[in-house]
Amino acid sequence: MFAAKFEYYKVNSVAEALQTLRAHNGAKLMAGGHSLIPLLKLRLARPAALVDISGILDLQGISVDDTTVHIGPLTTHQTIAASEAVARVCPLMAEVAGEIGDPQVRNRGTIGGNVSHADPASDWPTALTALNAQFVIQGTGALHRRVTRTVAAADFFTGALSTSLGEHEILTEIQVPVMNTAQHSAYAKMAHPATFFSVVSAAVVISMSGNRCTQASVVLGGLAPKPVRAASVEEALIGQDLTADNIAAAAAQVSNDLAGEVMGDIYASAEYRRAVAPVEVKHAIYHAAGLAHS
Amino acid sequence: MNIQVKVNGKSYQADVEPRMLLVHFLRDVAGLTGTKIGCDTSQCGSCVVLMDGVTVKSCTCLAVHANGSSITTIEGLAQDGKLHAVQEAFWNKHGLQCGYCTAGMILTVTELLQRNPKPTAEQVRQGLKGNICRCTGYQNIVRAALAAAEALGG
Ligand SMILES: Cc1cc2nc3c(=O)[nH]c(=O)nc-3n(C[C@H](O)[C@H](O)[C@H](O)COP(=O)(O)OP(=O)(O)OC[C@H]3O[C@@H](n4cnc5c(N)ncnc54)[C@H](O)[C@@H]3O)c2cc1C
Ligand code: FES
Ligand code: FES
Repeated sequence: MFAAKFEYYKVNSVAEALQTLRAHNGAKLMAGGHSLIPLLKLRLARPAALVDISGILDLQGISVDDTTVHIGPLTTHQTIAASEAVARVCPLMAEVAGEIGDPQVRNRGTIGGNVSHADPASDWPTALTALNAQFVIQGTGALHRRVTRTVAAADFFTGALSTSLGEHEILTEIQVPVMNTAQHSAYAKMAHPATFFSVVSAAVVISMSGNRCTQASVVLGGLAPKPVRAASVEEALIGQDLTADNIAAAAAQVSNDLAGEVMGDIYASAEYRRAVAPVEVKHAIYHAAGLAHS
Repeated sequence: MNIQVKVNGKSYQADVEPRMLLVHFLRDVAGLTGTKIGCDTSQCGSCVVLMDGVTVKSCTCLAVHANGSSITTIEGLAQDGKLHAVQEAFWNKHGLQCGYCTAGMILTVTELLQRNPKPTAEQVRQGLKGNICRCTGYQNIVRAALAAAEALGG
């Protein structure tokens, strides 16, 4: 399959990328190409020009300070999965990165491309929403001045394949709070066996004092146009001992959080996804709490 | 766009359309047809090559992405007429039937053993998640990967 013709610009800095975007109507950024190239080949996307940002060194890599993991958007899933620092301060990210696609997808695909593409079936939107990540975005303001804004995950993802990124903006950093020692996390993913994408997934971050849950962040993905925070589940967990009964009761609350749109598609019906949701939530809570279960 | 790519140690220079896929560059420009196109939709792994030592699906990579890089295809694994240990193991363990998936399988196993010289059978299966074989049923491919690990001293 061949993509429609496009012009190609390889840029080396954010400034150059922003300028090239402005100069070419209908231009699109390309990072690892693992969402975009398939779309180009199917001619579902036909940008007049591609701005290849994969060589911008400032947008690659991971650094950790006392409170925050700073991740360049061009960091590949493989780099995140293999990072000792990430495994130490934010194990949920290491877990999620290692489960994306296959080794070749992880070698090329980037976290920034993943969240910017915002496929409802992808993993980072769900996980980063549960982790309360922040997204740093650069664009061009009046008098061609560079403008930076920071958006919370809850506002970044706006729907299927859509985010708050403007046409001439670039995601330049993802900031994830460092997890403390009382926090435990897990990601449960029912992946489609042929595509590896999520049919239903659940990301859970809980704080525990002894066996008691003191804080909870529970987010579902794969089943709705954008990540869904399971506020009813969170509420049902907080203050409870994490016994089998309490976990089951909390997970069952998820139906309250799925009042909005649940997708049905060629992979699974909406009814099926609704039925699987509490199961995945339960798995994730068990794994986060370090409890064995059947 | 003018690009320069080193393939199996040899430099190739060509003026390519930006939309040309790496796999077409390798097969049609460099004339190296060992790399196969199976699905053409980044699912099957028959087009896997090493780019600067890292496996990529060459059907989901543009030729311009490879500009300045060093590519290894299946043709570049054997040295001085002697098969690479992974090739040798696929041969000995009957890790192939029709051979269509084999180039991608072998290059993926090569990277896997670099990252994890002593994998378990389960880790080999996880590592081959992006490679589909319609013939063998995978058992002998996993055996071949484990035998190659042993031969390489892992
Ligand atoms: C076979 C296969 C299996 C996969 N399995 C999974 C899976 O299990 N889970 C999962 O989550 N994903 C999966 N993916 C998707 C994969 O993770 C992609 O790599 C990712 O979604 C996109 O990242 P990219 O770097 O390739 O982005 P690209 O394809 O280069 O870009 C995607 C979009 O993001 C935009 N963009 C990229 N970078 C930026 C930036 N810095 N600022 C603003 N916009 C930007 C581009 O303009 C484009 O619109 C799979 C992909 C394939 C091919
Ligand atoms: S041809 Fe590239 S993955 Fe199938
Ligand atoms: S040997 Fe025929 S596809 Fe694998």
